[in-house]
Amino acid sequence: MITVEHLTKRYGDFTAVSDLSFEIEEGHVYGFLGPNGAGKSTTMNIMTGCLSATSGSVKIDGHDIFEEPDQAKKLMGYLPEQPPLYMNETPLEYLKFVGEAKGLRGRELAGQIASVVEKTRLEEVKNRLISKLSKGYRQRVGIAQALLGNPRVIILDEPTVGLDPIQIIEIRDLIRQLGQEHTVILSSHILSEVQAICEKVLIIAKGKMAAFDRPENLEKLMMSSNTVSFVAEASKEEVEEILRETGAADWRMEENGNDSVRVEAQLESGEPTDFCRAVFTAFAERRKVLLELTSKKANLEDVFIELTENAFAGEKAEAGRTEAGEDKTKKDEEKIDKGKDDGMKDEEIREGEVTER
Amino acid sequence: MIAVWKHELSNYFHSLTAYIFGAFLLVFVGIGAMKYNIQQAVANFEYVLSFVSLVFVVLIPVLTMRVIAEERKQRTDQLLYSLPITTTQVVMGKYLALLVIYLIPLCIVSVYPFIFAQYGEVYLLTSYGSILAFFIMGAALIAVGTFLSSLTENQGFAAGIAIPVILLNYYSVSLAEHVSATAFGSAAALCVFCVLLGLVIRVLTKNEKAAFTVAVALVAAVCAAYVLNGEIFEGLLPEIMKKLSLFERFYTIVFGVFDLTAIVYYLTVIAFFLFLTVQSLEKRRYN
Repeated sequence: MITVEHLTKRYGDFTAVSDLSFEIEEGHVYGFLGPNGAGKSTTMNIMTGCLSATSGSVKIDGHDIFEEPDQAKKLMGYLPEQPPLYMNETPLEYLKFVGEAKGLRGRELAGQIASVVEKTRLEEVKNRLISKLSKGYRQRVGIAQALLGNPRVIILDEPTVGLDPIQIIEIRDLIRQLGQEHTVILSSHILSEVQAICEKVLIIAKGKMAAFDRPENLEKLMMSSNTVSFVAEASKEEVEEILRETGAADWRMEENGNDSVRVEAQLESGEPTDFCRAVFTAFAERRKVLLELTSKKANLEDVFIELTENAFAGEKAEAGRTEAGEDKTKKDEEKIDKGKDDGMKDEEIREGEVTER
Repeated sequence: MIAVWKHELSNYFHSLTAYIFGAFLLVFVGIGAMKYNIQQAVANFEYVLSFVSLVFVVLIPVLTMRVIAEERKQRTDQLLYSLPITTTQVVMGKYLALLVIYLIPLCIVSVYPFIFAQYGEVYLLTSYGSILAFFIMGAALIAVGTFLSSLTENQGFAAGIAIPVILLNYYSVSLAEHVSATAFGSAAALCVFCVLLGLVIRVLTKNEKAAFTVAVALVAAVCAAYVLNGEIFEGLLPEIMKKLSLFERFYTIVFGVFDLTAIVYYLTVIAFFLFLTVQSLEKRRYN
């Protein structure tokens, strides 16, 4: 459906998008994920013909966006980051203009407007001035505009940014519905959102593609480095003995006050549940109390931080595998600051991405 | 294009701009008609139009200031870029809408000579010829205003540039009498102009090399021409200033000569500035 090849966009010395290539198939919901300034909006603007590219090509169903913009644009509906609305108009007037500009006339135009108004639930506000509408409604008018002309692909740039939680849920439901009839591409820097709606995720960092896979596959990539953490009422020596017994590869310990220790143990192989069982039994045999015991599964957030962090850290900071492994269990801000490089993990994910393609 | 045209028209009638523009134009035509045709009992309606043309210095910028600047400010230009219409269609649609808004008060004005003709002898041919020329001159100024509006996202700024630009154009003939007519003066002015052109290229393309090359090449050409044959620069600057004046050509028509070259000149100015507007919008895609 959409083929992007070696897309590069430079602003003077700054490279916003660098050699990006991917293919989007029909009938799925895709997510562009990346930190702010990663090049998501730039990529979307280029794909929809709002921006030129320094090099590379974008083809929509075989039509090059730079050479046959008319045919290519007819296949797409686009909602930019800031909904392009005329504030002194009502949604109906606005939709009429966009519909006409998309080449709809007469009965077809009226029918399409009625259908998008229904889909985006704008019925009650369709005759009010857009400047008087709430942000959630404005966003819906923006989506309605993208839907006119019944395009096969709908591209939404950060559709839920700045909305309240209820509005976010509504917009997400709407996007899910749209995904049944159209190919939807949305960008976001919110992980849970992408995880909730998208069937496939493209992670962009610093203008480069860091990964392109299904969310569950991306999580799987992290499974090998599973971590088990527990809090036990025991001395450090006892805990170390148990850890050696149960075959943990590596661990980190800290005093937790009240004679208890917090441990994060790293497994080299085997199921985390088996390890948990062994730890539990070992403590039970010594009649020591376990206050907490959890196996930490990697989620998309870890993958995301890992990948984008690698992109930011660049080629410097050669860190050991264990150190990086410990890092993965921490999700706080501090981690990003540390900026450690885990070349191994990056390699694995790139392999995954290649096979996927 | 029709969609943009309709949209732009309804936009102008939603806001007060179209009404203010029409009302002021009619007020000044009314004052002129009262002063010349009624009080001084002159039968030539064209003198009224020549009097009113000064009002364009303010009225045209008021009309054109928001036409593209506002799209950029509200970020609706992104919508226009993503719709399956070309930039030329967008600019043409907007320009034609402005022409319609300008045409409405002119239609009312066209009735005046006819009314005057009921009470005496009025040269209808020159009157209507002048109204036509007045329309085309205004259209050329609107094209200039549209281009200036495409350079910025601030309406006020767009009007702030357009007013002095049109005012300079208005006075360029009387100014021409005061500037140096010597060969050296003209050559120096041309050099300054070349450097300014280079600066404009530098600002628009952000390409220092190209701007520098163009400026140096043009300055060199002017200097070479001056050294080889200084006489051609004699009186060149005042001549150029006179030629560039949009208003001066209108006065020729007012005095009863329907100068076709003037009409062609206006049409060229329109085409040139609309082309520049399209380029200015296209450039946004490449910045």
